[in-house]
Amino acid sequence: MDVLVDNFDLFAGGFLGSLKIIVYSLVGALVLGTVLAMMRVSPVAPLRQFGSGYVSVVRNSPLTIMLFFTAFVLPELGFNRPFFQLGVLGLSLYTAAFVCEAIRSGINAVPSGQAEAARAIGLTFGQSLATVVMPQALRTVVPPLGSVVIAMMKNSAIVGAFGVGGDLFAVGKRLTSAQGFAVLPVLVGMLLGYLLITLTTAALLSRLESKVAILR
Amino acid sequence: MSAAPSVLYDAPGPRALRRARVLSVVSVLVLATLLVLAGLRLNETGQFEPERWSPLFWPGDESFASVWGQLRIGITNTLLAAALAIVFSLVLGVALTTARLLLGRYARLPLVLVAEVLRGAPVVILIFFAARVLPQFGVELSQRWYLVIGLTAYNFVVIGEILRAGVAALPRGQREAGLAIGLTPRQTVLQIQMPQAFRLMLPALISQLVVIVKDTSLAALILTGPLELLNAGKRIERFLDNPLQTYLLVALLYIVLNSLLGLLATYVDRRLGRARGGQAAPVDQDRAVSTANLGANSSGGGVGGIAT
Repeated sequence: MDVLVDNFDLFAGGFLGSLKIIVYSLVGALVLGTVLAMMRVSPVAPLRQFGSGYVSVVRNSPLTIMLFFTAFVLPELGFNRPFFQLGVLGLSLYTAAFVCEAIRSGINAVPSGQAEAARAIGLTFGQSLATVVMPQALRTVVPPLGSVVIAMMKNSAIVGAFGVGGDLFAVGKRLTSAQGFAVLPVLVGMLLGYLLITLTTAALLSRLESKVAILR
Repeated sequence: MSAAPSVLYDAPGPRALRRARVLSVVSVLVLATLLVLAGLRLNETGQFEPERWSPLFWPGDESFASVWGQLRIGITNTLLAAALAIVFSLVLGVALTTARLLLGRYARLPLVLVAEVLRGAPVVILIFFAARVLPQFGVELSQRWYLVIGLTAYNFVVIGEILRAGVAALPRGQREAGLAIGLTPRQTVLQIQMPQAFRLMLPALISQLVVIVKDTSLAALILTGPLELLNAGKRIERFLDNPLQTYLLVALLYIVLNSLLGLLATYVDRRLGRARGGQAAPVDQDRAVSTANLGANSSGGGVGGIAT
């Protein structure tokens, strides 16, 4: 276990690196996913088709290949950025499809009577969306969105697997290849780091869930 | 996606229809503009040159045969690794769930702990360390097996969770009836609850297979083998120097594979749904009748009569 103690700085740096990837990708994925979800429920057919096309393409292809595209193909097209940005871009684009599906399922779970009642009392589209449908949909969305977020946190390790992301996995990879003998402690350290992130998030989410839960 | 989702808005009237049409045209124009811009950029960087595409798509090209030979090996290896991983995961998942159901609250604690740790770990790390840790303990395997072991370590827990949810969703009477006819708890779990849970959760299990197929591609990132689909793509790309085209084709192949699995999942879901739907009514009625009878017996005719 000396490896863990001796290289605590490295691990801490990797932990922060992971958090950085996660936070940036989370923001990107939530924004993109919300836009996609809006497209998928909009009354405009081409947008709907674009949204569902994007979702089915991304959901059926591995994150690895999305990252190959952003990391290797985009520079080829003259889009030269530091790898960190390309990795975050790939992870955001990938996760956005899952965020979109979670949000859409939440909207669809609102009983149609609710929106009908909102219209019947004369609320406009915007009002009914903002005061009736969305408050209910957001509550339904918390559990599926939460599991998407946790999956994304674990997927951030794949960004690190390219070895230049400076995250927890990249650190672990470097340590094992540098020392060769002390693999198990490094594994334990990395797992602890990821568990710290995912379990904390899960606990926060379940609190949030019980707070916003509604009985139907 | 034929009918518009109905929660948010009414059936559109003439004005809304007109507005939707205008917005459709605008959005098509915007999407087309983006497409053209992307196309121009692709053209500028020479992505449309035929020699970048023909080895992949034109059978007359001299490299076509070897490229598709590699891809075929890649697909086979991807499917093989996924199949092995799902089989092992199923076996271990059934074992895990059975153990969790049979053991007492404290006896199953270590199992729960291991399961939580494995489920909370990124699968890429599990694969990486299967390849690094096992050799240290004298277990030298081929790269394929490290991939399978890493995938299994993660997925058997997930499958265990799916099965546990399936068992929890069964009517309680199933277990009670099994015990009542004299089966041991283990027999009840293995012969009564597990088969039904498996059937109930088959669509979710197939969806998990899609995840496993996708995750086999991690081998291309952290292992030196096997030559699964993405690794084959990597090798082809190094040879032809056309990353965009090659990865496009590889992505397409993944999408086709997984879409087929997705279709299978919806098909199974529909079939099971129909079968359950056909049976559900009489079963529920029976149960309703028997509880009503019980109520009548225990709390006197009058109350029971009113309740029914």
